[in-house]
Amino acid sequence: MTTILELRDVTRRFGQKTVLNSVSIKIEQGSFTALLGASGCGKSTSLRIMAGLDRPTSGDVLLGGSDVSRQSAYERNVAMVFQSYALYPHLTVAQNITLPLTMRHLSPLGRIPLLGSLVPGVAEARRTIRTKVGEAAEVLGLNELLDRKPGQLSGGQKQRVALGRALVRDPSLFLLDEPLSNLDARLRVRMRTEISALHRRTGKAFIYVTHDQTEAMAMADQIVVMIDGRVAQAGSPRDLYERPANRDVAAFIGHNAINLLEPGDGIEAGNTIVGLRPEDLSPADTGALLLRLESAEYLGSEIVLSLRSARGTEIRAIAASDFAVPAPGSEIRLGYAQDRLHMFDPATGIRQEKAA
Amino acid sequence: MRLSLEKRQALTDLWLVGPATLALVVFIFVPVAIVAVLSFTDYQFGAASFNWSGLDNYIKLFSSSIGRRAVTNTLIYVAIVIPFSVGLGLLVAIGLHQMTQWAPRMSNVMKTIYFLPVAATLVAMSVAWQMVLHPSLGIVNQALFSAGLPTPNWLSDRGLVLYTLAMIGIWQSIGYNMVLFLAGLAAIPSELYDAAEVDGAGGVWSRFWTVTWPMLGPTTLFVMVVTATNAFRVFETVASMTKGGPAFASDTLVYALYREGFVYFKAGYASAITMVFFAFLLALALVQFRLVEKRVHYR
Repeated sequence: MTTILELRDVTRRFGQKTVLNSVSIKIEQGSFTALLGASGCGKSTSLRIMAGLDRPTSGDVLLGGSDVSRQSAYERNVAMVFQSYALYPHLTVAQNITLPLTMRHLSPLGRIPLLGSLVPGVAEARRTIRTKVGEAAEVLGLNELLDRKPGQLSGGQKQRVALGRALVRDPSLFLLDEPLSNLDARLRVRMRTEISALHRRTGKAFIYVTHDQTEAMAMADQIVVMIDGRVAQAGSPRDLYERPANRDVAAFIGHNAINLLEPGDGIEAGNTIVGLRPEDLSPADTGALLLRLESAEYLGSEIVLSLRSARGTEIRAIAASDFAVPAPGSEIRLGYAQDRLHMFDPATGIRQEKAA
Repeated sequence: MRLSLEKRQALTDLWLVGPATLALVVFIFVPVAIVAVLSFTDYQFGAASFNWSGLDNYIKLFSSSIGRRAVTNTLIYVAIVIPFSVGLGLLVAIGLHQMTQWAPRMSNVMKTIYFLPVAATLVAMSVAWQMVLHPSLGIVNQALFSAGLPTPNWLSDRGLVLYTLAMIGIWQSIGYNMVLFLAGLAAIPSELYDAAEVDGAGGVWSRFWTVTWPMLGPTTLFVMVVTATNAFRVFETVASMTKGGPAFASDTLVYALYREGFVYFKAGYASAITMVFFAFLLALALVQFRLVEKRVHYR
């Protein structure tokens, strides 16, 4: 695996505010990387710096091994898909997809309608462009929509056009800035699959900014969790889920928010914070933990139990859907496996490996 | 007894819309209708009676040399003011919009300066212009003289006066157009510029034609309509600086209508001029909205 893009010790300040604090990220050729974090964590700024739409205050951006800090987005030949799709409203779908190609393959003179066709080589270039646009439209199922304006399209269709505009020009890498956040839940899941398929098809590196950990987990082979302008942890989804590097990453990753138990909450492991995911904690007659039930949410496939420890900490657990929920207020025994516990230093929040 | 919900809602609607509609009818529609009727008569202000004269007033306007002058002068004036006022307004707006990024305070000061002529009374400004353009004492000719250039009579040269007035009209309206364009520019999503940059349309010229100009479409249409309407109504500068002279070289429709109606009291003729003026404006607005509207909203 070769590294296609690398941010090396990148810092970005806007006035007094430090948005990125010596961030280093490596992107492998052909990989799918998710930049994951809450809003304001610097993930979008990182993406803009990768694209060349923003410049680092200090640090290097390397593309294919060479420094591109001074190159524009166009020179880097990156494709970008924006959260708002950023389609040109006055152009048809076909023209929107064509634009990056005409900019690349036709001279300013050749781009002028009618007159341009007199310039030598233009007819040839236009034929090539038409073929490429046709191919991209075919892949994304846009053939029916080519003559429409963006204003007449649904959110999902606009998203496809934006992808088409990125796909058509054979870029060095794809940058996607929260591309699915404006779609409804059902469509989001479908587009997720389509983007993954597109990634496999092109074999290019995808960098995907999102605040939705489910999206990141489902699509990426590398997740970079960013917190407060720093890289908190980078690794495979499994790494992040099974061995979170610190408390904040543990709290961010996972469909159900992790339980963080302090000393006195029932699990004694010295002076540490114990992280235990709700899905690793379930009712068991011989369980070691005795908690008071507050409420239960029946979700069909499972039941989410809200419990409270003797110290008053809220703890969530997941029971099988056939679990007979006792009356709220009663005490339940819950069990967990020792190897599912995550230990964090109470002061720094950093993961501690178990003594044993 | 309580009225049904529909009736009560209808009453509320009537109550909200009624007064404005009534005022519109009484103060606009009825007078326009009266003016339209008067334009086919030889009525004079103060006269006890009038005679129907058919299309005489209109024939007089379009066949007499003075009437034709007023019409062509107005059209020339409008044809000069629209492109320059809109174009320069756009240029200034883009410049000041960019400037906010590196010199926000300076940009605000400049905006105020450009807007001052809009806020100032044009009649008072006309007096100032008269001083500035005075053939021998005005600073314009003083400067031209010391540079060894010819010193034209800006306001009393028959071939020049209309262009001088157009120049003042442009000066006066740039600020207003600038404000409208600034609002339009602020509404363009920055992601579109990012997309243009990524697509290779990041140069100044390509950015303008790919993003700025198309996105300003609706604003430009509105600015054009407003500028055209105001240009057609040119009156203050003419009345206060040239009185339509010399030899009707700067006579315009509205000034002619004022002269015929309120100096010579020829209400019938003045009404005909009003109707022609009205027709021009209506035609202009219709053309702009019918032809251009579809091309700027991108549906």
